[in-house]
Amino acid sequence: MHFEVKVEVSPREGIANPEGSTIERALPALGFVTASNVRVGKVIRLRVEADSSDDAKSLVEDMCNRFLSNPVIEDSQVEVLQG
Amino acid sequence: MSQRIGVVRFPGTNCEFDTIDAIRALDGEAEVLWHGQSDLKNVDAIVIPGGFAHGDYLRCGAIAKFSPVMDSITSFAEDGGPVLGICNGFQVLTEVGLLPGALQKNAGMKFLCSMQQIEFASTSNVLGQQASVGDRLMIPINHFEGNYVCAPEVLTEMEAENRIVFRYTDNPNGSLADIAGICNQAGNVVGMMPHPERATSRLLGSTDGIGLLRSLLAA
Amino acid sequence: MSPAPEDASVHRALGLSDDEYQRIYELLERHPNHLELAMYSVMWSEHCSYKSSKIHLKRLPTQAPWVLVGPGENAGVIDVGDDIAVAIRIESHNHPSAIEPYQGAATGVGGILRDIFTMGARPIAVMDPLRFGPIDDPRSRWIAEGVISGVSGYGNSVGVPTVGGEIVFDETYKGNPLVNVLAMGVLPTERLVLGQASGVGNLAVLLGASTGRDGIGGVSVLASAGFDESSEDIDKRPSVQVGDPFEEKRLLEACLELLDQGLVSGIQDLGGAGITCATSETASRGGAGMDVDVTAIHARENNMEPFELMTSESQERMLAIIKPEDLAHVEEISARWEIQASVIGRVTGTGQLRILDGFDGDVLASLPASTLHDDAPEYKRPIAPPADLGERRAQDASQGPVDCINNLLSLLRDPAWVYSQYDHQLFLNTVVGPGNDGTLLRLRNPRNGQETGRGIALSTDGNHRWCHVDPRQGTAMVVAEAVMNIACVGAQPLAVVNCLNFGNPEHPEVMWQLAEAVDGMAEACVAFNAPVIGGNVSLYNETNAVDIAPTPVVGVIGMHPSLTTPPPSIGFPPNASLLLLGQVPDTDVSLAGSQWAWEIGGCKDGTLPTFDLQQAVRTSQFVAESVQKQQLLAIHDIAEGGLAVAAAEMAIDSGFGAQIVDHCDHVSMFNESGGRFLAVVGDELLDDFLKDAKRHDVPAIQIGRTGGTSLNFGTEIIIPVSELETAYRTELPEALGLGTVNT
Repeated sequence: MHFEVKVEVSPREGIANPEGSTIERALPALGFVTASNVRVGKVIRLRVEADSSDDAKSLVEDMCNRFLSNPVIEDSQVEVLQG
Repeated sequence: MSQRIGVVRFPGTNCEFDTIDAIRALDGEAEVLWHGQSDLKNVDAIVIPGGFAHGDYLRCGAIAKFSPVMDSITSFAEDGGPVLGICNGFQVLTEVGLLPGALQKNAGMKFLCSMQQIEFASTSNVLGQQASVGDRLMIPINHFEGNYVCAPEVLTEMEAENRIVFRYTDNPNGSLADIAGICNQAGNVVGMMPHPERATSRLLGSTDGIGLLRSLLAA
Repeated sequence: MSPAPEDASVHRALGLSDDEYQRIYELLERHPNHLELAMYSVMWSEHCSYKSSKIHLKRLPTQAPWVLVGPGENAGVIDVGDDIAVAIRIESHNHPSAIEPYQGAATGVGGILRDIFTMGARPIAVMDPLRFGPIDDPRSRWIAEGVISGVSGYGNSVGVPTVGGEIVFDETYKGNPLVNVLAMGVLPTERLVLGQASGVGNLAVLLGASTGRDGIGGVSVLASAGFDESSEDIDKRPSVQVGDPFEEKRLLEACLELLDQGLVSGIQDLGGAGITCATSETASRGGAGMDVDVTAIHARENNMEPFELMTSESQERMLAIIKPEDLAHVEEISARWEIQASVIGRVTGTGQLRILDGFDGDVLASLPASTLHDDAPEYKRPIAPPADLGERRAQDASQGPVDCINNLLSLLRDPAWVYSQYDHQLFLNTVVGPGNDGTLLRLRNPRNGQETGRGIALSTDGNHRWCHVDPRQGTAMVVAEAVMNIACVGAQPLAVVNCLNFGNPEHPEVMWQLAEAVDGMAEACVAFNAPVIGGNVSLYNETNAVDIAPTPVVGVIGMHPSLTTPPPSIGFPPNASLLLLGQVPDTDVSLAGSQWAWEIGGCKDGTLPTFDLQQAVRTSQFVAESVQKQQLLAIHDIAEGGLAVAAAEMAIDSGFGAQIVDHCDHVSMFNESGGRFLAVVGDELLDDFLKDAKRHDVPAIQIGRTGGTSLNFGTEIIIPVSELETAYRTELPEALGLGTVNT
């Protein structure tokens, strides 16, 4: 079965996030003065073949741990969108 | 003596020939090691030079760590072989886990190419053989992702073990503790963001990289 | 049979005029089908055919004994001795950058690099002359940031250093930035290859990225139409090409390896008009024909129409002409560099370019290959000087809010914020990098990296203010300034490349500007003995029907014959004599065309100061020789902002000031009378130097002493160097964002 999977890679709590900080500094200039805690990560979408949704999820989690994210600075969250 | 130095070439590496030229100018031998081959050609030391190994897509060095040459380099390093990662090479060494921490985007969110002053913080490593702690060097930097980061306990440990090799005297990129270069526990694996091969000629503005490369050749 | 098409709306929608349609009809002796029309439309566009400018470009000098390849090929090539050749080209990517600044600039870099390695040369330097709208206009700043990031992101990653350029902000470029890119490469002379297909039965191999729908019709839509600032930009976005520097890097290395191994008899990059241009140009240059199988093209999307495949401007692709027996070897090298290689064509002896649905399939198009180029229309468009030229030239440009100290501070700008984002040191050649007058690179042998003991100098220059006031003299002064810049690093000119950025050629005044600029450039290139070996014309630079100020940009390449010591910096040393070298300005010198007049005085017209081209030749030659002989402690040419800005930059560079006698009124401080340098000479050499200058017929006037902590003009105008430096360093970072952040 094919599963569409979404991986969200985000900077770990406590790790500085220069992209987020830069955006946060720019927002007030545009009049958005109430935003804070801006963090920039990335989203990866992929299609995998697996027997079940759970299998698909654990397969992609393995990818995350070994390749798609760097655990030193990033957390990742895997979501199976549809079978 | 590390007279023969292997210089790793990924498809997006671009400082390999500069590194080779600098090594040869110091009477060392240099050998290109293609990333797709695991044979290290019996070299005495290894440099992973700067560039954009695989376009730096996903993360700098993330794809490079799966190249066959990296398995061989990991074994080589574990056996005590001298390994120097420069710029992108440093990023690759952190991705494969030979060095701790990670390099993220510069605090200023801009690529930076400029001459930078760094200071030897420790000399008990393959680059420090001819140096003293506190020596100041002018070496160019050239990176977008040079902002070193690691867990607080890792930093404490590295400081206790004298593993911070270089610190910037005027931090250009937001690096934790002004770190410009670090080494592993044994001191045979060093990663640094500045480019010593770019500081090997008076015509080009600095010769302060020569001592570092000589130290590697003598390791 | 009547030449009238069944449906005239088709060719018109493709940008072909009724006359052009008729010409196609006559060439084919029948009505073209839609695919053929699409191919003519992209090849006969202004961008590909130079149909409005060709007639003028013929007046430029293009010959010299050291010129190996002149205009018309992918890049100009000169012989620099020791069996080393240098390839150089400049191109514009103005319209794509207006729509999507990052990708527009990035693909501009990618395109120009392919022009260089197409000739068999390894690209070793990029320069980027950039021009944007006012720095206080948010959209112009957005474009500037995007363009600079694009040059940085692509150039750094592909691995070619960006060693110089320009950054200019002016109202005239609001909505229509000028993004010009120059690239230079070196090659062993014997490896020089041309973009031609010969040898019946040889194969045309498409190398590199897949062909997608990006940039379909991009040539005619993007390069041949102006923009209304508000409306249509968003609709044009789908045709923007996206650059992939990693693909380009692998393509570059693979192509150089193919060339090294002698596997390629002709090679051509795919730029504007994509496969149509590459197949027809290689075939017609080689006097051959070609059969092209559209089904063999590796496509990124399904169901692409033949016309889409044939006109797509997808980036990072090359067409190589190889012998059938070498195919396996070519495929092996391509596989190692992880690039795709597809045999899409066969060289034939018919002179026809045939597009086939499978090599044995239906003929989708068939036309004489050379008609796409050689028979492109050539227009002699109407020319007229501006009706009010007399009035404009009578204006007095010296009026305005004179406040010499603050005027000077406001004219200072450090470009470091821009060039520190570019890798300008890769390849270990950069002796003098960006932020100086000229760039100076070590010339090393491309076979083995050995130093030749010589240097290659580069400079790019343009000046829309001078050229607005007087396109002919202004352009001559621009060429002179570029030559003077490389003189500062000890080099004498060998060749010129140009990028002619002008407005709408359907406006007679624009064609007058173009014609005058070409004549001014020709005069200067003859005087400096530096032929034009390549160029690019960018027309329709206009916003809301207002043309940009004429902006011919030149790149000059020169040679330093004995590079053992770095040339002097621009910085003032302490305690030495400050000399003004070169043409002595008119006693009633005009401020017309100066930065002061435009930005402070508010007058854009008047009459330029007299310019003595022969004196500029003598002066720059003398300066280059003095630098080579190491007689100067510092040297800087006087250009935008006049003597005052030049002196301020020299003071800021070293931290030492100078006491300048006289020159204490705004006219003598800020006039931009051409052909002048500020030089610093040590006391022990001064007498000999002055005699030497006299012998070379170069006026040399001692105007002051260097040293101290302030820059003084006369006794009243005294500015601390630290104050100059603050004004200089802060402008760009404050306007465009922080280059570094406090930690």
